[in-house]
Amino acid sequence: MNGEELTEQETALYDRQIRVWGVDAQRRLSKSHVFVSGLKGTVIEFCKNIVLAGVGSLTLNDDNPVTEEALAANFLIPFDENMGGGGSLAELCCDSLKDFNPMVHVSVEKGDLSSFDVDFFEKFDVVVISCCSLAAKKSVNEKCRKLSKRVAFYTVDCRDSCGEIFVDLQKYAYAKKKADETVECQLQYPSFEEAIAIPWRSLPKRVSKLYFAMRVVERFEEVERRKPGETSIEDLPNVLKLRNELCLAHSLNESQIPDALLERLVVSTKEFPPVSAVLGGILGQEVIKAISGKGDPLKNFFFFDAVDGKGLIEDISTS
Amino acid sequence: MASVQQLSAIKDAKVLMVGAGGIGCELLKTLALSGFQDIHIIDMDTIEVSNLNRQFLFRQSHVGQSKAKVARDAVLRFRPKINIKSYHANVKDSNFNVDFFKQFSVVLNGLDNLDARRHVNRLCLAADVPLVESGTTGFLGQVTVHIKGKTECYECQPKPAPKTYPVCTITSTPSKFVHCIVWAKDLLFAKLFGDKNQDNDLNVRSNDTATSSEHSEDIFEPRKDEDIQQYANRIYDHVFGHNIQTALSNEETWKNRNKPRPIYVKDVLSDEPIQQNGNVDKLLANDNLSSLSAMAYLGLKNPQDIWSLKENSRVFFAALKLFFSKRQKEIGNLTFDKDDPLAVEFVTAAANIRAASFNIPLHSLFEAKGIAGNIVHAVATTNAIIAGLIVIEAIKVLQNDAKNCRMTYCLQHPSRKMLLMPVEPFEPNKSCYVCSETPLLLEVNTNRAKLRDLVEKVVTSKLGMSLPLIAHGSGLLYEVGDDLGKDEVANYEANLEKVLSELPYAITGGTIITVEDLQQELVCNINIKHREEFDEEKEPDGMVLHGWTPAAPAAENNKEPTDNNGASTSSTSKPASADVMEADDDELSIVEPGVETLPAGGKKRKLSDVPNSEAPIDEKRAKKIPEENNVIVMLDDGNDDDITAS
Repeated sequence: MNGEELTEQETALYDRQIRVWGVDAQRRLSKSHVFVSGLKGTVIEFCKNIVLAGVGSLTLNDDNPVTEEALAANFLIPFDENMGGGGSLAELCCDSLKDFNPMVHVSVEKGDLSSFDVDFFEKFDVVVISCCSLAAKKSVNEKCRKLSKRVAFYTVDCRDSCGEIFVDLQKYAYAKKKADETVECQLQYPSFEEAIAIPWRSLPKRVSKLYFAMRVVERFEEVERRKPGETSIEDLPNVLKLRNELCLAHSLNESQIPDALLERLVVSTKEFPPVSAVLGGILGQEVIKAISGKGDPLKNFFFFDAVDGKGLIEDISTS
Repeated sequence: MASVQQLSAIKDAKVLMVGAGGIGCELLKTLALSGFQDIHIIDMDTIEVSNLNRQFLFRQSHVGQSKAKVARDAVLRFRPKINIKSYHANVKDSNFNVDFFKQFSVVLNGLDNLDARRHVNRLCLAADVPLVESGTTGFLGQVTVHIKGKTECYECQPKPAPKTYPVCTITSTPSKFVHCIVWAKDLLFAKLFGDKNQDNDLNVRSNDTATSSEHSEDIFEPRKDEDIQQYANRIYDHVFGHNIQTALSNEETWKNRNKPRPIYVKDVLSDEPIQQNGNVDKLLANDNLSSLSAMAYLGLKNPQDIWSLKENSRVFFAALKLFFSKRQKEIGNLTFDKDDPLAVEFVTAAANIRAASFNIPLHSLFEAKGIAGNIVHAVATTNAIIAGLIVIEAIKVLQNDAKNCRMTYCLQHPSRKMLLMPVEPFEPNKSCYVCSETPLLLEVNTNRAKLRDLVEKVVTSKLGMSLPLIAHGSGLLYEVGDDLGKDEVANYEANLEKVLSELPYAITGGTIITVEDLQQELVCNINIKHREEFDEEKEPDGMVLHGWTPAAPAAENNKEPTDNNGASTSSTSKPASADVMEADDDELSIVEPGVETLPAGGKKRKLSDVPNSEAPIDEKRAKKIPEENNVIVMLDDGNDDDITAS
């Protein structure tokens, strides 16, 4: 509870949320540094939430130009008939986000995600990446793990009306209230690479079908050297073939990864805004938990499918 | 991304949003991104600083402006081609009638109070427009779908009643901090600064015994020969010293309770000069009334600190003096307002001194403000999630896909791996007086109760009607409206004062009366049963209404973990969304509209399992929703702070 006090301005602005998570958490939030890469709808939702919550800084990375498609899922960039102003997606989002909360330092980091080295990530407490290849997920996760300080690592992806969040908090201790006592809890997270390497047959029964389906699509894009989301209905036969091969290798019944689900993920790769709102909200809450050290963080996957409406936590780890 | 069918349903829809606050801002954004083209939005509120942490369409420069209008303008900046119509108005205004509601394909609620929710529910039923209802508190939230004839209506299930405290708990035997807050706010603050003619249960006589004569003075009247300080000392000694002393003399009360200790000024502030004219003079030079603060005057800075008894006493005196020296014009008309810093300081200090007397832990100004000001815990993330779920349900409704609609809980702790838990909607409650035609039964002494009692105790308070009409057969007994003639008004006024059996169309045992709200298009039949006697304690209304489900007492949400230092969410300070208000003569109440409980036992809602989605849920497990999730969620708003009728 010690340390500098919140300013009067902060107390007034954050009053309602301090009533949810406390002054101490608010102070930790205001000293935390968050990095995001891949500014599609879901990540933009997340950015809004985390800027409103009052993190210390947010660094945006996405050099893509603003296209009509990007605008479709974006509420940060004012509509402009000409759209000729130039500037990357990150640059244009940056201006709006600054406006949401003048107390948060929002900036842009140019460059390709894969070009950032280990030292680069040391500046951050939280790293969130989206819309990137399997290789990029593994490599950024490993870079975060090489640092002596803990950097919380998240991936988030939304396809059709489905979404997935992955969390790696490495070794994580937090306080938990049980009855009237506060108990110290410890969690050990696997990296993304370790988690997805776990043989499917050794996973708990009734793991979300989305987990398997996302792995098939991810693998397909890797093998075919596609950009994330660069799939269409023509790919479906090959995706189904890959599904069969993987199921055979893992001794998993193919019915665990239904054709219809794969078809949805392969065909409509655009994000569905209500699902982005749900995922961005859950991810925001998780990051706030990780920074403040309060509340059970999810371990280590979260799935949402608007078709059945379930928001499921899956623990994909060996421990 | 949405399917072709979904997109066409979205494009053709005309949507009404009620509420442009916490949920509303998120909802409007998500609707616009999802492709909705025609959105109408009603909100009577204006923007406040404490909204800005989550109502992201608003900026500091918008404070004081209409939420509906600013939200509209903000969304049009990134979606200029869609139609958004904003109404800075109360949804209960008569121009938002059944015909108004009929033009919409679906109504989406992001409201913050029960009264408006009931009103919208009735209009949706009357207009036969589906309603998607929502609420959030902290990390908890829920979305429900109400389709006439297919699912329950908003009022099919009892709603949590105001949390009430017997007057004697508040006036004599407080055991929780919230009791001290109610006392400080509703009794002491009201007595000192509010309307002198209001009933007040505070002991105002200095010699309060059976012998006290009617002529003994009211201690709260300032005397001619005393200055503010002397007056303040006298009040302090009376309420914290004398009254406690008097209460102690009643041995019976303290048999099974810890005795309180009287606190007098001399015990607490004996070692310092009480007169601080120098500082008062400095304050008198300050003309900005809204920034008057006892804390500033005393050099107290952190609202999270818990003050000592001595500090509380100094705040008490400073606040009282500031009221009487700088804001004397308002005295007699003040009501507690959470945005009035001096009022919050005074109530905090008074509640804490009383708490000290009763050996109840003291609380910080921040916590006390939350309890007294009925402040809803709110974060952006939950509102965003709930808004997303509202849109998902709204699209199903627009596609006439009622069988796939779900009510969804957003949980803080996963239940059966789920953070977002869909359950099948309930069927309509066949005995719901709002959406079914089941008559109500009223037991009443028709020779004693007046029509006024019927109107006040049943029609407006229990049935929630705002423009009622009461008829016996074709004979009109009572009506409210702008279009009535003078004679009619006088006639109805006269009827109000008549006992039921002596009305022009007499109401006696066996009579069936019709009660109707023309605006809500709600009609109820009430069977009257005559009954001579009522138990004053248990049936204080002198009448009993059957078939109307009284609200269950609000659950104390103490299972929710307290996850912070500054903001305890324990049961005492939990009345998160609690307005302390007077319910009737006998009870002081705290409204806790937040918490809605899952019905117990056989009525437990079925977890949804859509075919083709996943293996059927293990039945044994399905029945066992963990205990902590039995107290699920709330209907609060994420919208705003006060439980005010709107």
